[in-house]
Amino acid sequence: MIPAKFDYKPASSAEEAIALLAEYGDEAKIIAGGHSLLPLMKLRLANPEVLIDIGGINDLSFIEDKGDHIAVGALTRHRLVEQSDLLKEHIPLLAHTAGHVGDPQVRNRGTIGGSLCHGDPASDLPAVVLATRASLLITGPNGERKVEADDFFTDFWETAVAEDELLTEIQFPKFTGQEWSFQKFNRRAQDWAIVGCALQHSDNPGIGMINMGTTPVRASAAEAALKSGEANSDVADLADDGLSPPSDIHGQEDYRRHLSRVLLGRALDNS
Amino acid sequence: MSLVGARVVRKEDPNLISGRGQFVDDVKIAGTAHMVFVRSIEAHAQIKAIDVSAALECEGVIGVWTAENLELAPLPGVPGLERPTLAKEKVRFVGEAIAVVVAENSYAAADGAELVFVEYEPLGVVTSVNEAMADNAPLLYEAIGSNVVMEVPSPDEHQEIIDAAPHSVSMHIVNNRCAPAPMEPLVCLADYGPSGLTLWASFQAPHHLRNTVSSWLGIAQDQCRVITPDVGGGFGAKVNFTPELFIAPTLSKLLGRPIKYTQTRSECMTEMYHGRAQEQDVDIAFDDEGKILALRVMVYQDQGGYADPTGMGLPALTTTMAAGCYMIPNVSVAWKNIVTNTTPVAAYRGAGRPEASYLIERAIDQIAYSLEIDPVEVRRRNYIPTENFPYATHSEIAVYDSGNFAGCMDELLNIMDYDAIRDEQEKNREDPGKPLLGVGFASWLEIAGFGPPGSLEGFGHLGSWESVQVRIQPDGSAIIYTGASPHGQGTVTTFAQIASDYLGIEFDKISVRHGDTATIPQGIGTLGSRAVAVGGEGVKTASVKIVERAKQVAAHLLEANPEDLTVEDGNFSVKGTPAQTVSWAEVAWTSFRPLEIPEEMEPGSLDTTVLQQVPNFSFPSGAYGCVVEIDKETGDTRVRDMYLVDDCGTVISPMLAEGQVHGGVAQGIAQALYEEVKYDENGQPTTGTFVDYLIPAAPELPTFTSGRISTPTPNNTLGAKGIGESGSVGAPPAVINAVVDALRHLDVTHVDMPATPQKIWRILQGGAK
Amino acid sequence: MTFPIKITVNGKSHETEVDPRTLLVHFLREDCQLTGTHVGCDTSNCGACTVLLNGEAVKSCTVLTVQATNQEVQTVEGLAPPDGPYTPIQEGFRQEHGLQCGYCTPGMLMAGTALLNEIDNPSEEQIREHLEGNLCRCTGYEMIVRSIQWAAENPDGIPVEIGEGS
Repeated sequence: MIPAKFDYKPASSAEEAIALLAEYGDEAKIIAGGHSLLPLMKLRLANPEVLIDIGGINDLSFIEDKGDHIAVGALTRHRLVEQSDLLKEHIPLLAHTAGHVGDPQVRNRGTIGGSLCHGDPASDLPAVVLATRASLLITGPNGERKVEADDFFTDFWETAVAEDELLTEIQFPKFTGQEWSFQKFNRRAQDWAIVGCALQHSDNPGIGMINMGTTPVRASAAEAALKSGEANSDVADLADDGLSPPSDIHGQEDYRRHLSRVLLGRALDNS
Repeated sequence: MSLVGARVVRKEDPNLISGRGQFVDDVKIAGTAHMVFVRSIEAHAQIKAIDVSAALECEGVIGVWTAENLELAPLPGVPGLERPTLAKEKVRFVGEAIAVVVAENSYAAADGAELVFVEYEPLGVVTSVNEAMADNAPLLYEAIGSNVVMEVPSPDEHQEIIDAAPHSVSMHIVNNRCAPAPMEPLVCLADYGPSGLTLWASFQAPHHLRNTVSSWLGIAQDQCRVITPDVGGGFGAKVNFTPELFIAPTLSKLLGRPIKYTQTRSECMTEMYHGRAQEQDVDIAFDDEGKILALRVMVYQDQGGYADPTGMGLPALTTTMAAGCYMIPNVSVAWKNIVTNTTPVAAYRGAGRPEASYLIERAIDQIAYSLEIDPVEVRRRNYIPTENFPYATHSEIAVYDSGNFAGCMDELLNIMDYDAIRDEQEKNREDPGKPLLGVGFASWLEIAGFGPPGSLEGFGHLGSWESVQVRIQPDGSAIIYTGASPHGQGTVTTFAQIASDYLGIEFDKISVRHGDTATIPQGIGTLGSRAVAVGGEGVKTASVKIVERAKQVAAHLLEANPEDLTVEDGNFSVKGTPAQTVSWAEVAWTSFRPLEIPEEMEPGSLDTTVLQQVPNFSFPSGAYGCVVEIDKETGDTRVRDMYLVDDCGTVISPMLAEGQVHGGVAQGIAQALYEEVKYDENGQPTTGTFVDYLIPAAPELPTFTSGRISTPTPNNTLGAKGIGESGSVGAPPAVINAVVDALRHLDVTHVDMPATPQKIWRILQGGAK
Repeated sequence: MTFPIKITVNGKSHETEVDPRTLLVHFLREDCQLTGTHVGCDTSNCGACTVLLNGEAVKSCTVLTVQATNQEVQTVEGLAPPDGPYTPIQEGFRQEHGLQCGYCTPGMLMAGTALLNEIDNPSEEQIREHLEGNLCRCTGYEMIVRSIQWAAENPDGIPVEIGEGS
């Protein structure tokens, strides 16, 4: 399995990457760690004519304390997120979940930005972005703009990042509550979740669901019930409320609905 | 010190742990071109047109061939059901080769293949034996008029006995289709020069390939050399013929340059033969005590889109072994071979025997459920007693050689605390925080040591013996050449252990060579758990012969009687006078010097070849116990403990035997819980990569607890029965019996493999029983 | 349409030009002639192609060669010098029968090396979890786990004598 031919354009800065995007338009794709894009290119499900490599933009790999939030550079690899003491202290859900993405080799290469920009509803980190109500900084030809987590995942494998833009930073508000949990149900440890859920329990609780729709989704009804102080089991029963999980060889819709309620229940009990 | 039975590190390992192994794709020859196939994306269709023009324009592409411009004989196969080497007019499964692109390198070949456009006219599709047997089902072979391509009825269905029995149970069992998926897919490299053909191939039986390819090409066998270097797993799937092995030599000859083919995993999942894919109707009749009165088995074997001789033989193996390790007075069997629009089916580790052990071990548990007798006790009441061997079964093929089935079960209950598990099971049922626990057993038995005359010929092999040549070198070291070409079994090590014992030469001075038809005597190959039971016996036979001759030389040098000599640790010495001794090195050196050997001897006579035969199959057996945990909420099912007692007779290398068991058990657990090749209603594979076909990794499998008893086979003098397939035969019924056991409080009596969490959840919801 | 690269592989610098789509595993196998690193799947599931990139385990079938420029790669061939001795993990696989066909082995050795670089004495559970991205079809993994445990317990990599124990 070999990717189709492409022109390779390494970018040494975000500005250069954006200039290249402007030049090549929809013929171009951004590659960071490559762990979302390269498998698709090898299967020739993605055939970009130009590949803009942002992997060398070192100043997009950072984890910084910004007072009320932690800023994580889009090119920060999962491994660094998993091991970051700053994140373990202030956004433990994120650090923990990053340790469950793929397998160790994937975590050494894959980046948080790459994972989010892929917009895969089966992916782990988007659920954390939703649960933590993170903000995402997107840079384009007209400068920088900030998108809230709820507006980021727009359609199946589609995000708010336009073709001429680059995700540069994710801002995670510091978690002040005590309780959080990540639940992932799969057959093999290395697999995508059949269903998963990321929970942050605070005054404004957040619940992100994995593989429960065509995009990464929030369990809004359950969040509201949790906020209003309903019992855990009642909250868990609302896990799939308003959501439309897919049916595929790994799980039918009704099974996914059931799993979502079980996993949210466990998240609530474990948190 | 005897090395047979000793813990010995492998001779194979130094290369393989340092990156110096040589698999076919590691062989580089100057001037090699690469081929990539264009494969059918339709499961059943007429080919209307193939447009290769864009591919021919592609940079680096040398040529594109289809059945139109490349005259090819069909693949060797089943008469009347031959498979075209490149699809002609019609395709019968997704993945069937339609065209081949050759280019300067593999990247350009892949680019070219993307630019071949095939126009199809889709036909009706059948993806299961039921669909294929339905009235008005679309036909794969119109000329035959039915998708049932072979039918073997039962001479007696024992209906009266079943009707009259106090109890009987009927089951429909699905033995799920599996992909053998060796970690190395099929790779071949053909170099057809003016002096003949050399074909490197990732294959289990080099001479079988050599003989078949040379006759297919119409060249003499001496002009055709097959090399199987390091082979990255086979599991039965690298012993059958697929088009690549024939097209590479054809194009190499045509283009006058070496041609390499490296299968991708995606191709491998649809092109390499699948295994199992069998359905069965099983009736078992028994008395109030649980003694079996009659067993009736009807097998429906899915052959996929093309019938392979091994695939056609699978039901014969299943039905032969259907009675397992039990005395069953009346057994009747019948089968149908059925074609469907799926990947062809042939051997996968166990080939027909896992299907047999699964049906009889599931049936035994049905008796236990019906009569509310412990499943261990039901087994004990029906075992063939040890004094009944050799035991003639319902099948002419199977006369069980030896066994101690009750002894295996005794040992199993020694290494597992059955009572404690039952207690825990009871407590867990009541505790909402604990998983459901299930414990399952399998007293399995299989047919192995494929060696008696006639046993492999029916699958297309030249013979059923195995070749071993022992050649003493002038310095007293020995080289053993064998046709039992391994692919991970450790044959280089086990054969050297046997040879060391019987030659009296140190282990470190023995090499074992295999996998090259230019240097190895005509052999058969490694399949059917036969390497040690047949080839290993050959090593002993040849070694004993060599030692007899060597003693003549040694006696000449020592001026003693050959009968008075013993050989050990590299020296010949006179019994009773150990001071009188001559080294193997001296004997070996002398054996090449005409003036120094006894007059009646020829120089270089310490070299002998045997084609080892054995009089009967061997029948390895064992008792496995499995404990599963089922999450009450999600249905997630995991094997917590696996207890394994094997009886493979004499063990040559305990460590390697354990490794074989572990690997087979892993594949058995995988079949029971994780793996299934699936198709959608259009015959499109939905499990075509390792993303969706769930081969378990380390976190998914338990640590194994092993025990062993040894009942040697009388059919070879080593007493070794073979161990390669045992785990895959014994594990699936043990696991599923445990899964059903965990659900018995819900009156569940059967769960089809694989026991996925979703399936179990539906049962827990009160769905299918 | 080639791109200049400079990669250090097993301590040796390779300065050349490649088609940018060249996968690192193919660069290693074809250009560097280091065929110990294997390809077992198309989808980054099997881990047979695992190498160390700047000391971290990565799947070289899912890295473009150009992405590895100016970086250091270590393959199975770079574990031990040609005249020995083996690293403890190599010796562990030999002593505990951690391989059968040997095809997945280089990936297992490299993933195991990365694990032992991080944790001196990993538990069985840690070993199994760390190998979640490496598939083996022969061993059932228990002996691979034991091999890595052997390496952890024998940091000097001293082998036992043939025939000892059972």
